[in-house]
Amino acid sequence: MSKGVAITGMGIISAIGNNVAENYQSLILGKKGISRVSKIKTNHVNDIMVGEIDFTNEALEQQLGLTSDNNYSRTALLGAVAAKQAIQDAGITDINAYKTGLISATSVGGMDMTERYYYDYLEDKSTQKYIEGHHAGDSTQKIAEQLGIEKSLVTTISTACSSAANSIMLGARLIKSGQLDRVIVGGTDCLSKFTINGFKTLMILSDTYSTPFDENRKGLNLGEAAAFLVLESDKVVQAENKKVLAYVKGYGNANDAYHQTASSENGDGATLAMQKALDIAGYNPEDIDYVNAHGTATGNNDLSEGRAIIRVFGENVPDFSSTKAYTGHTLAAAGAIEAVYSILALQNNIIYPNLNFKTQMKEFNITPQLELKEKPLQSVMSNSFGFGGNCSTVIFSKEQ
Amino acid sequence: MKNVYINSIASISAQKTLDNTSFLDAIEDYETNVLPVINPNYKEYIPPAAARRMAKGIKMGVVASKIAIQESGLDNVDAIITGTGMGCVRDSEKFVSAIIDNDEQYLTPTSFIQSTHNTVGGQIALELQCKGYNFTYVHASTSFESTLIDAKLQLELDEEKNILIGGVDELGEHTTEIQKLVHLVKAEAVKTSEVLDSKTKGAVFGEGANFFVLSNEKQATTYAEVVAIKTYNTLAETEVLQEAIHFLNASNLNIEDVDVLILGNNGDVDFDAFYTTLAEGFKNTQQASYKHLCGEFNTASSFGFWLASKVLKTQTLPEVVKTNNTDTTSFKTILLYNQYRGENHSFTLLKQC
Amino acid sequence: MDALKQELKENLIEQLNLEDMTIADIADDDMLFGDGLGLDSIDALELIVMLDKSYGIKLTDPKEGRSIFESINTMAAYITENRSK
Repeated sequence: MSKGVAITGMGIISAIGNNVAENYQSLILGKKGISRVSKIKTNHVNDIMVGEIDFTNEALEQQLGLTSDNNYSRTALLGAVAAKQAIQDAGITDINAYKTGLISATSVGGMDMTERYYYDYLEDKSTQKYIEGHHAGDSTQKIAEQLGIEKSLVTTISTACSSAANSIMLGARLIKSGQLDRVIVGGTDCLSKFTINGFKTLMILSDTYSTPFDENRKGLNLGEAAAFLVLESDKVVQAENKKVLAYVKGYGNANDAYHQTASSENGDGATLAMQKALDIAGYNPEDIDYVNAHGTATGNNDLSEGRAIIRVFGENVPDFSSTKAYTGHTLAAAGAIEAVYSILALQNNIIYPNLNFKTQMKEFNITPQLELKEKPLQSVMSNSFGFGGNCSTVIFSKEQ
Repeated sequence: MKNVYINSIASISAQKTLDNTSFLDAIEDYETNVLPVINPNYKEYIPPAAARRMAKGIKMGVVASKIAIQESGLDNVDAIITGTGMGCVRDSEKFVSAIIDNDEQYLTPTSFIQSTHNTVGGQIALELQCKGYNFTYVHASTSFESTLIDAKLQLELDEEKNILIGGVDELGEHTTEIQKLVHLVKAEAVKTSEVLDSKTKGAVFGEGANFFVLSNEKQATTYAEVVAIKTYNTLAETEVLQEAIHFLNASNLNIEDVDVLILGNNGDVDFDAFYTTLAEGFKNTQQASYKHLCGEFNTASSFGFWLASKVLKTQTLPEVVKTNNTDTTSFKTILLYNQYRGENHSFTLLKQC
Repeated sequence: MDALKQELKENLIEQLNLEDMTIADIADDDMLFGDGLGLDSIDALELIVMLDKSYGIKLTDPKEGRSIFESINTMAAYITENRSK
């Protein structure tokens, strides 16, 4: 049970880049990917800003070499692109050479096509191919097919905005217990009218650039993205002489049990998740060098999370920042996007600035990191919290 | 490693399964292609203030979880893991149609919130005030089996002691209508007693909630031991029998050790061959099926898990589920097999305690 | 004003699914949130949509709702003053 969980590859597509290198460049240059929505026709176009990926569905289909009769949702397309990058990055040529599983995360699933053809399905036969693509597991099945994963454990987690963090957690546990040698973990969510309008009804969408941890924050920007990591056991790492990018060192999931959507005032669930992750890692709070916060820039999250961070770290809160001002909140994918960013932080000994911050929050005196900072990093904590009180923390480290 | 036990069960289905003291004594005979559950009196279990915003799937999940926890004798559990293929699909339909019909105006948050797949697990946690681990799996016909894999992992390693798991899915009107168009749902109404031999395209669709408390401590209420569980994203029809044998061998068992083979066949002429191929390899074994009773849905296999638990505890196999007759009277080991439309296969192995 | 209050109570029961309540159960000065009727932040969002749809009043900040939705009395007063339909 003291087995290490090595990360040997990663792939990502987001509003700030179509691969790992592009994402890293944007992060260190402070280049955000937030704009008015262009690919979805919505009445709210002037009321919201989003993190949209440039590629059209057709362009993504072409990249994947799909024929025109495919029934991929945008969620599946983005996921397949990111997962393929991860496999390539890990130098995997024969996916079934080891017991390999896939755990993906999504909240939107095939909703982009469902909302487009909802009534058309009844009249227009040509649209009906998307009916079976609605359910959340469909995108995962397609990613598995794209990767060539067969006869194996393939599943999907949907716990709202903590989903991908949870897929990393399950993947790590499956490797530690010896059930699998290799697991591809991550998440994917595309933008949809469904989520735009849903978050709009909750009145937590900002009409301008989101400002995490700022006193005058007005809400979040939605984003679309996908990211996947390749997790491998010590056995595979040794046998294949693999280069290890970082290790999954700790993880914790807890439920706030407070409200259907809102986080508790003092961040009970978030506190528990961070503490559990530290326990699993065998770390003390001072072992964490940087916290990549959930930091959605809603009034509720940033207050609750900030308080939880103070509860866990006391007087010595490490450098922390939210990268959501770059990408928007990518919902079920966020945990995987920010896992990639956390690993890049470790590899480059860099802490990203928390963009758009102007005014200190009055409820506490902790301030996010505002400038790009170089500093030797050993361990990074990444938080992801979601509706239904779902709170998750993953710790990435250079040490096994 | 610790053993994993099923310490309590609860089922809301199209049959009278709510009362754990009975076991498919009186069968509800339907003639339909869409099979809703027999609703419990939700008010008995959920205070009106909490119930008023709950989708049917949430209500079914909350009631089933309460019954399961009560039977286990616990006040609370350490973790909650739910599986659902489609989530609260009626609210998703409500929200999508409202977006289209009202041109994105006057939308309210409730149906959006309930469309989030983990809303059932979240609401159960709220009701129980359970701050522990809370996961939701949404992977088609292995959504429930994923909860089982996860819970078993934690209980074997003694990370948790008692975990509530469950599968829940609800029927939605629009979804059923479009599923009929692509022959997922049968075009014609079929009698319950004839579903399995209907030999037409699609399945009779159903809904339901089946919840269980799993524990690594055996107790008086214990139904069975969960020996093994395995899922496969793909499996060819020709590989199913061989894979079943591998699966049994991994637990040091052979075909002859299986007392009952419980299959998830649903009468879909295009995909039942997976089951008949496997069944041929188990010719001398007692076989049973259940989807004519509860309908097909992504987490219908949780009803099969419920059935197997009941058989092992009561040592009876109701006539209505038997698909052959071997005069088996002692039920020690049960193998379950399920798949949906040739994908997401699972084997589950349960043993009498 | 009394007709409006009556209408508000009916809408409240219907919109918020207060199945077990009748108009007679809601007094004009009952606290709607917290210890009173027990409504919560999601109900407040539902009520904001009701203001928009039925009375043409748009609130942009959910915090504004707190004082408006205190009771049937405060809601009726606010609507009377600000309604556009």
